[in-house]
Amino acid sequence: MIIKDVLCPFCGCLCDDLAVKVENNKVVDIMHACKIGESKIRGHDRIKAPMMRDNKNSEFREVSYDEAINESARILANSRRPLLYGWASGLCEMMKKGVLLTEEVGGIIDNTASVCHGPSALGVHEKGLPTGTLGQFANRADVVVFWGCNPVHAHPRHMGRYSVFNKGFFTNKGRRSRKVVVFDVRKTDTANLADEYVQVNPGEDYMVLSALRAIVAGRVDVVPDTVGGISREKLVEVAETLKGAKFGIVYFGMGLTQSRGKYKNIDNAVSLVTELNAHGKHSIIPMRGHYNVTGFGNVCAWETGFVNAVDMSRGYPYYNPGETCSNDLLMREEIDAAFIIAGDAGAHFPAQSIARMGKVPVINIDPFHSATTEMANIVIPTKVSGVELEGTAYRMDGVSLRMRKLVDVDFPSDEEVLDKIIAKVREIKGASS
Amino acid sequence: MSEMLIKNATVYDPINGVNGDLMDIAVKDGKIVDSVGNSAQTIDAGGRLVYPGGVDAHTHIAGSKVNVGRIMRPEDSRTGIKPRTAITRPYTGYTVPNVYAMGYRYAEMGYTTAFEAAIPIMKARHTHEELEEIPIIDKGGLTLFGSNWMVMDAIREDDQDRLAAYVAWGLLASRGWGVKVVNPGGGEAWGFGKNVSGLDDPVPNFEVTPRQIIRNLAEVNEKMNLPHSIHLHCNNLGVPGNYETTLASFDICKDIKSRRDRQSLHVTHVMFNSLGGNHWGDFVSKTDVIADYLNKNDFLTIDMGQMIFGSATTMTADGPVQYRNSTTFKARWGNGDVELEDVSGVTPLYYSPQVYFYGVMWAMGLELALLTKDPWKVLLTTDHPNGGPYENYPEAMTLLMSKKKREEAIAKITEKAYDRWHITGIERELDWYDIAIKTRAAHAKVLGLVEQGKGHLGTGADADIAIYDIKPDETDATIEYDKVKAGFRRSAYTIKGGEVVARDGTITATPKGRTFWVRTTVDNDGYGRMMDDLKFKFRNYYSVNMGNYMVQNEYVEHPVVLETEYQ
Ligand code: SF4
Ligand SMILES: [Zn+2]
Repeated sequence: MIIKDVLCPFCGCLCDDLAVKVENNKVVDIMHACKIGESKIRGHDRIKAPMMRDNKNSEFREVSYDEAINESARILANSRRPLLYGWASGLCEMMKKGVLLTEEVGGIIDNTASVCHGPSALGVHEKGLPTGTLGQFANRADVVVFWGCNPVHAHPRHMGRYSVFNKGFFTNKGRRSRKVVVFDVRKTDTANLADEYVQVNPGEDYMVLSALRAIVAGRVDVVPDTVGGISREKLVEVAETLKGAKFGIVYFGMGLTQSRGKYKNIDNAVSLVTELNAHGKHSIIPMRGHYNVTGFGNVCAWETGFVNAVDMSRGYPYYNPGETCSNDLLMREEIDAAFIIAGDAGAHFPAQSIARMGKVPVINIDPFHSATTEMANIVIPTKVSGVELEGTAYRMDGVSLRMRKLVDVDFPSDEEVLDKIIAKVREIKGASS
Repeated sequence: MSEMLIKNATVYDPINGVNGDLMDIAVKDGKIVDSVGNSAQTIDAGGRLVYPGGVDAHTHIAGSKVNVGRIMRPEDSRTGIKPRTAITRPYTGYTVPNVYAMGYRYAEMGYTTAFEAAIPIMKARHTHEELEEIPIIDKGGLTLFGSNWMVMDAIREDDQDRLAAYVAWGLLASRGWGVKVVNPGGGEAWGFGKNVSGLDDPVPNFEVTPRQIIRNLAEVNEKMNLPHSIHLHCNNLGVPGNYETTLASFDICKDIKSRRDRQSLHVTHVMFNSLGGNHWGDFVSKTDVIADYLNKNDFLTIDMGQMIFGSATTMTADGPVQYRNSTTFKARWGNGDVELEDVSGVTPLYYSPQVYFYGVMWAMGLELALLTKDPWKVLLTTDHPNGGPYENYPEAMTLLMSKKKREEAIAKITEKAYDRWHITGIERELDWYDIAIKTRAAHAKVLGLVEQGKGHLGTGADADIAIYDIKPDETDATIEYDKVKAGFRRSAYTIKGGEVVARDGTITATPKGRTFWVRTTVDNDGYGRMMDDLKFKFRNYYSVNMGNYMVQNEYVEHPVVLETEYQ
């Protein structure tokens, strides 16, 4: 059987044109996916059964789901400051339950954007975000900028499907309809495919953005000879390219959000794009990593009013990034239990945070073995969303789509595990109050 | 199932012509019935004011642009907070409440139905995800068609059967209830940062005019026998002198016969489209001319889009307007283009009574309602949260009911507004019956929801009932407007589908609401031509596969589907 229109549960491109051949409840062939998407669908390092251990240095022992769930609920219910982190590689349906669980235990819910595009959200608080759907850019954009991102490796089909090589209504010559400019500190493989590569000194993106804004505003006179390692002439040339666009699009990545300046870079980039709209049409969009990290931001916003890093200890949502993000809390050693689901804190958090996680009980819900599993006390394997379970995910541009199920397995879904933990937490809290 | 008897109710039920009669209301299995048994749960209204549950025909409560507002404005979500209780989730937000506050606040005010006024088809799944999470109230939504390539191509090629087939498909794909047209053609122009300047300015690259878009969609809407008329947000919103475009837009539909007992054109938030003058310097209110048109013509209805002073989050599919707002006021700008379909923009604004054009616009909403004689023709809305949040409806209601309250408000507005408006000369004060029309009955009628049991208390209607702590015979709303406002703000009882969901402004139960949508059968070869064109566009221009595009049943858990046929 060939299942068509399959969505890929890996990166924020959320390609929805895969065809997957399934025989005897096994995936035997995957068509149209890129390598990393294909490898995610095939799976690897699957955790086979729930496991527990008291001491993080001891061996895991296999336990029943009930035992693992009850013990997880007990830890969360008795914790004073539990962190519920991850969420980006799961479905919206389970994220809603995650917000509810966080309310029940008075914890903090935070997602992987915290160490990725979190600063983009702060930039949006400051300046907004002129953006659109990927098809709008595909059909119209004649100037395409990649800033601090490397889709060739991180979003392998992006340039073919949405941004560079594909043909659209007003871009019917494909690659030849577009001028591609890459800003990066390194000459990446994406830069190799560009018409123009602009090398930025590490940590100096903010200045380059400021210089471009000055030139676009007609104030080239205030721009020094070189900015961020780029000559004024070059900057003027690029600014002219941007101003001359009928439709310009800036795709940006962690090279901008996680380098010096952080959210201020995003504020500045959004300002540049907004100001460019006095000349042509211009948009900007973050290149989101996990396939449903955008979904978490949406679910969290409609449930709580805030996009991530929400502290529920007061019985209502409290948001103050810098205070309520995972790493703020871990580094201040406030966290006394960590619930990590559909995201790998172990692989991406700084050493200080990891050290704190080493001292507190860690519950890990995930189909796959990861660095977080290594520091967990309880491990609960679940279905792979988008392969073994259908449900909702948001593409990087905020288009919501329904992931398909390809094969049946016996694992519970994230949502089912969360439902049971919530029920058990209520039972424990109800008994003690 | 359960029975309920509401005794000693002073009932205003305009659809059934009930005007302040003291009576009992019987409820069984969620519906109004003629009588119930002795064991029915009894509520003694004690002569207090009873309305059908409120209906909001135009509000922005769910979907991408509402969430953009939340994400952009954490400062808004830090207001309006209420912690969770045993039965309610936490409330956040004022202009962009979270999904829970969204439903609770409507219910606390005695509102039981609200329609989202702009669903982009491609993002409809998101809209329904939020609608599903909004507790208590019933809902539905209007789908955007005004700058859609499928629509414009069919119109240019003069193929109304194909157009109808697409509108039917779009309503199905988005699970929509009606046809919304925002700044027709302007959304496509905004794809390249341009706009259309008027009804006869052709849309770039598509060679159709806004006039053709409005006319064709209005004709097709009637041939499809849709419950609601087309719902138009006129071109040139917020531009001084735009009242002429508005009048000309009305005229386009003047000779279109409605197939149902309702208008053939609804024009929304007309306050923003009744501006006179040539620029903001000589800008004046032209609501008198608009109201005059409404007084002479019966084919159309409007809503006020009343402005409420203070914080607002403007959000609209009128993308160019939002770019202009954000640059003029140096405000944050969220823009959200949707490929092949439409655009949108979100911008926070602050309406100060000390800024004369806001002062005048505040008056204009009221003028439209007060200068138009027939209360059924002008719905009370704030175009939430464009004019201001819906939680201020009681403020708007009491402004309409009391000249004294208006005078008090006017005293706080800059004098620079005074010679540009008509409000000072208006003596009219609306009564309890008028308010019932403007906040529920007319909304249900305009949307085509009366047959669905909304907006009235006749036998068989949904048992959606609001009891307010106001005794109409002892209360002079022209003077005691503070008391009346407080009463409308927090119902004594809100009953939804026969269940008490709020008491004295506190939520007591949180049932799930239903979602209304329309399925139209188009049984002619226009359907085949439409499908060919649609498949072509998906293959070549959409970034989503057709097989993944349409909203699936999972996203509308409690649907109410109205079937109609294209003729
Ligand atoms: S580009 Fe991303 S979404 Fe598309 S197939 Fe590759 S990993 Fe999957
Ligand atoms: Zn509106």
